[in-house]
Amino acid sequence: MAAINITNVSKIYAGGVEAVKSVSIDIADGEFIVLVGPSGCGKSTLLRMVAGLEAISKGTVEIGDRVINTVEPAERDIAMVFQNYALYPHMTVYNNLAYGLKNRGTPKAEIDARVAEAARMLEIEQYLTRKPRALSGGQRQRVAMGRAIVRKPAAFLFDEPLSNLDAKLRVTMRGEIKQLQKRLGTTSLYVTHDQLEAMTLADRLVVLNGGQIEQIGRPLDVYHTPASTFVASFIGSPAMNLLRATRDGPRLHFGSQVLESDRLSALPAELTVGIRAEDLRVARTGEQSLTVKVDYIEELGAQRLVHGTVDGKKLTAALSPEIALAETVALTIAPSRLHFFDVTTGKRLAQAPDGLGGRREVANTLEAAVG
Amino acid sequence: MTNTPLPSAMSGTLTAPAAGGFWHILGRRKSASKPPEDTSAKRVQFNSPLLPYLFLAPQMAIIFIFFYWPSVQAIQSSFYLEDPFGFGSTFVGMANYTDVLKSGEYLGIARFTAVFTALVTFFSLAIGLLLAVKADGVIRGNATYKTLLIWVYAIAPPVAGLMGMMMFDQHIGPLVKFAAFFGWDIKVGLDYSDTAFAMIVVSVWKQIPYNFIFFLSGLQGIPVSVREAALMDCRSGFRRFWTVILPLLAPTGFFLLIINTTYALFDTFGVIDVMVKDKAANNPITLVYKVYMDGFRGNDLGGSSAQSVILMIIVFVLTIFQFRFIERRVHYS
Repeated sequence: MAAINITNVSKIYAGGVEAVKSVSIDIADGEFIVLVGPSGCGKSTLLRMVAGLEAISKGTVEIGDRVINTVEPAERDIAMVFQNYALYPHMTVYNNLAYGLKNRGTPKAEIDARVAEAARMLEIEQYLTRKPRALSGGQRQRVAMGRAIVRKPAAFLFDEPLSNLDAKLRVTMRGEIKQLQKRLGTTSLYVTHDQLEAMTLADRLVVLNGGQIEQIGRPLDVYHTPASTFVASFIGSPAMNLLRATRDGPRLHFGSQVLESDRLSALPAELTVGIRAEDLRVARTGEQSLTVKVDYIEELGAQRLVHGTVDGKKLTAALSPEIALAETVALTIAPSRLHFFDVTTGKRLAQAPDGLGGRREVANTLEAAVG
Repeated sequence: MTNTPLPSAMSGTLTAPAAGGFWHILGRRKSASKPPEDTSAKRVQFNSPLLPYLFLAPQMAIIFIFFYWPSVQAIQSSFYLEDPFGFGSTFVGMANYTDVLKSGEYLGIARFTAVFTALVTFFSLAIGLLLAVKADGVIRGNATYKTLLIWVYAIAPPVAGLMGMMMFDQHIGPLVKFAAFFGWDIKVGLDYSDTAFAMIVVSVWKQIPYNFIFFLSGLQGIPVSVREAALMDCRSGFRRFWTVILPLLAPTGFFLLIINTTYALFDTFGVIDVMVKDKAANNPITLVYKVYMDGFRGNDLGGSSAQSVILMIIVFVLTIFQFRFIERRVHYS
């Protein structure tokens, strides 16, 4: 168990390409951190630098107060779970688990005990004498986890460990990883491109884009107060609607359509408005609303995704499946639920703090800034 | 005219078991290299049941005409005493075999062949593996390294033998000069052990690129993530090599072991020929060269055929032995 401190870490490749740009993350002991971002955002590179599989170009990585920049991977007291399991194909499951311990000179009796314990925990006891090729994908993933567990390392590193599994198994394994990490209390760094996986697993999320951190925060904080349009569109499914609007006093103009709110005073005249699909609801008569022209509908069972356009701009709304739909539908949203972003930088803009929602939002922002 | 069956008979007996082994392994390697998930790969369906046999026919014809038919011929003529000038032949039963096996000269050559084969196989495998591991580790300019190392493979055996002769030449050979520097007076073609040494060096040198190519592709077939996992599990690079890399190279190694054994037994003919041809002294030769000497120089077709049948049996037994006892330890992933 140990804290991991990543300080101003950069990765610059031979051609001058900067894959990771001065990233700093302080990971508390026992914390589960998920690095999430699209392909090529540098999340795997960052993880591999912590693992020692890539050299650190700039900055320092500390694991439990020890700078490990030049320490051999095997000496870093970490264990890694790979996307394609990376089991030793010529060894039995038992030997796969025991290999790292044997190389560290662990006594035979203790190896036996630790392997047995890990096998029991992961329910792979009956496969210990098998070779990896005789196992299914899920079983292999368990063995890969077991190989990490038996070492009792200071930290687990996960490199998209569930990507090779089918959808159903992924959900089960996700739950198991979460439980296991809670039980063992081992500091974990987990890389994924799946925002759902990131939301469900993380104590804190790190959203990366183009080698830089866009936002660090608890999953719900990131969801409710995305720091930028990038985070807003990446976290959450369906993605947050982002509409260009102009402000004219208390009125927001979406082309020809208008929403009114008394909390817009601090905002610029041109802005990007973010609307979560589930924050939209059908307007009652007399309520202010946006008229949405319906293009098509996705039925998800529990809810219904309505894809349409507002004044020519795409908008998705998650509505209750009971509501009858016509060609156009009038939707409304509580003004406190609107998100505002700068048009050029994409950064979040604060709402004027009045009304209940406004206060909650400020509290969140403060918390995010402090935490 | 009576000579005609012999050359083909010789090549037949020499290569048939080797070729059989080769195809067998290739087939296994192909099926074995696929991960278990991929077994549902598309199967080609033929409209007519005869069609696949028709596709196979040219290859089967070549194997039959050039390998099996000559083998049968060799076995047949090994029981006859052929007239050197082609005026008929006499059935002599096992006499050709007993003559050969009782001959002290033949047994001496057999002993040398065993030593020669073992040394050539061992060193060409070991050096090929060493170079492959080192070239695999090179990051910058590795294409150049690989090309330079593979280059030698394009040289025909007799040319390699000639180049080897140059290197070991009494007057201009750099290796001779180099050895003289340490007080060793190499006399290739005159001194038995010096000739043997030169033959082994040239044969090994000729075979290294072949082994290098296979080992390198074997190394590159090992998943990067498995190596990385080993990197996290084991500090010592040497230990990692023995416990993870080498076992995963075993299928390649086993395949090369068989190929190299047959190479050392048969394909070194050109090298040996260049080194000992027209040299009067008692020079080391291998069994294959002896077959050629007795058949073509001595015109003893029966005895020569018997020798090639014996060689065929040796290779057959060797291949069975390798598959029974060594392949068991090989892991096909």
